[in-house]
Amino acid sequence: MLTVPLGHVLVLAAVLFGLGLIAVLVRRNIIFILMGIEIMLNAAGVAFVAAAWRWHQADGQVMFFFILAMAAAEVSVGLALVLRLYHRFKTLDADAADTMRG
Amino acid sequence: MDIVFYISSVVAVAGTLMVVTRTNAVHALLYLIVSLLAIAVIFFALGAPFVAALEVIVYAGAIMVLFVFVIMMLNLGPHAARQERAWLRPETWVGPTILGLVLLGELIYLVTLPIPAAGAAGSVSPKEVGIALFGPYLVGVELASMLLLAGLVGANHLGRRQDDGPGEGGRA
Repeated sequence: MLTVPLGHVLVLAAVLFGLGLIAVLVRRNIIFILMGIEIMLNAAGVAFVAAAWRWHQADGQVMFFFILAMAAAEVSVGLALVLRLYHRFKTLDADAADTMRG
Repeated sequence: MDIVFYISSVVAVAGTLMVVTRTNAVHALLYLIVSLLAIAVIFFALGAPFVAALEVIVYAGAIMVLFVFVIMMLNLGPHAARQERAWLRPETWVGPTILGLVLLGELIYLVTLPIPAAGAAGSVSPKEVGIALFGPYLVGVELASMLLLAGLVGANHLGRRQDDGPGEGGRA
């Protein structure tokens, strides 16, 4: 079986989370921002499953299922918003929608 | 078994790095799918086979298909045809293919390993997860179903066709 220390798995989760955060902060294309959010959610799931593996409890995997359901709901609403944004501004630049009404 | 974890980690981080640095959305999507498959291998190595299967089916399958649909809907016209021709060049698919072949090699290696005894140390069986899911976490499951329903209704509301001009978005 796997004999990797828990710290290495957590480092992997932290690196993936950091890359997702960089994608959200640096990219201006709104599809890449959504991908960055997916990467961050997935990295959190890695940490939960690593905890489930370390302490032999099912709770971490249960939390991963909740993250999965949340990511599915989030991405469906997010992509519908992307389509509306594109029809309105004819661009995928997140900065195009920087003014509020009123 | 440890080497599988480390190789998958390198593949996942490399794939995610390529996602962050690509300019073409479809290239990034290919790398993201490979990265998610690598994370599924990691879940399998961490003794969570059910979660690994769901990662492939829901993340690499359903969610990525949604992204592909949206990118297809936004890339209409002659620009898309030019892009289509560009996709067939080797530099487009050779990176994800190499990373995917690494994962395939790991899969073949795992299949050839002797089958561990049921309930081996560290692994949590799908049965335990199911019992926890519909025991102490029942309220959470119900809330997740309400969240998914809200996502369905919200996406349907936002995605309905509107013939308003660019100045008149949405009715108040």
